[in-house]
Amino acid sequence: MAKFRGAIVVDTERCKGCGVCITACPCGVIELAKEVNGKGYNYAFMANPEACIGCASCGITCPDGVIKVYKKAL
Amino acid sequence: MAEITLQDIIQPENLVYEKSKLLTEKPFHYCPGCGHGTVHRIIAEVLEELGVDDRTIGVSPVGCAVMAYDYFDVDFVEAAHGRAPACATGIKRVWPDKVVFSYQGDGDLAAIGTCETIHTCNRGENITMIFVNNGIYGMTGGQMAPTTLVGMKTATTPYGRMPQWPDGTPNNGFPLQITQLIAQLPGTRYVTRQAVFSAAAVRNAKKAIKKAFQNQIENKNGVNFVEIVSNCNSNWKMSAVDANKWLQDNMLPVYPLGDLKDNFELIKK
Ligand SMILES: Cc1ncc(C[n+]2csc(CCOP(=O)(O)OP(=O)(O)O)c2C)c(N)n1
Ligand code: SF4
Ligand code: SF4
Ligand code: SF4
Ligand SMILES: [Mg+2]
Repeated sequence: MAKFRGAIVVDTERCKGCGVCITACPCGVIELAKEVNGKGYNYAFMANPEACIGCASCGITCPDGVIKVYKKAL
Repeated sequence: MAEITLQDIIQPENLVYEKSKLLTEKPFHYCPGCGHGTVHRIIAEVLEELGVDDRTIGVSPVGCAVMAYDYFDVDFVEAAHGRAPACATGIKRVWPDKVVFSYQGDGDLAAIGTCETIHTCNRGENITMIFVNNGIYGMTGGQMAPTTLVGMKTATTPYGRMPQWPDGTPNNGFPLQITQLIAQLPGTRYVTRQAVFSAAAVRNAKKAIKKAFQNQIENKNGVNFVEIVSNCNSNWKMSAVDANKWLQDNMLPVYPLGDLKDNFELIKK
């Protein structure tokens, strides 16, 4: 069993839906929403929250810095 | 064991990553997925970690990053096209205690500003130069830059960049490896080429940028020069994800990553 659980919080209104975080995530956690934000972008969200290990790869590759990453030891 | 909920994880004490406090609240105007944003982010993180924000002066270019001064909560000057290293030279010489850096695109640094680039590096000014190479003039709509790859289609090379005509007469010239060129100059202390297309690349680029600032802060003489091979997905006419892949397949063979020079010594490959 995983020793850590992670979670991300995306600033949905500032996300540009570029998908770079999806490629960066080693655990397939993130997808783009069917819905759009106020600027018309399909924003990123945790589609598979249980899979997140809090590695922060998404956060450090997001060009717009809109992801906060949390990590908790189990 | 009780099920752990998202609320349990999303607590201030569990926060492991958020953008630097040295970035203002202003959203970047860059296209979705543009590497300029990532480079801004890691520069801000480095300046925050080094604790030099109150004595840092950045010099922004003409190009997509022209408004970089809006995004960093540090002092900034906006230079005329290509003149950022000259501007940075003046600032550093008048204020040797300030931490001075220039931020430029490939059109700015390797086309109109080649003169300033070469002579600043040759004089060995004690500054940090950040060079974002996306192989194109992004801001003005995707014209060929000196760094454009052979065969790459741009607004001014619609059939692809052709260095010479088939009979050998000159045409668009060859991709300019300006970073190799300036590494040859005695004034450059640290010269490195990095990228920001993946988490691993971002970590390496951040380490390199940190070193490039640390050298300056420790008053080690010489220019610290960091090239970042980046994307311009809008003018490459690809999605951001495809552009990052294309960059690895096409840009990196011409602009390979790694240190070119350290402590004034060329690194043999
Ligand atoms: C003296 C002068 N000549 C030309 C221009 C037009 N111009 C603006 S940005 C630019 C090139 C920008 O390309 P680059 O430096 O690669 O930056 P990018 O947008 O790709 O980041 C040019 C030619 C100008 N603003 N000033
Ligand atoms: S990398 Fe950032 S801006 Fe792009 S989709 Fe992910 S969260 Fe949104
Ligand atoms: S923290 Fe790591 S595992 Fe979690 S979403 Fe981000 S990249 Fe994926
Ligand atoms: S035009 Fe190119 S360099 Fe400029 S913001 Fe868009 S993707 Fe970035
Ligand atoms: Mg450019």
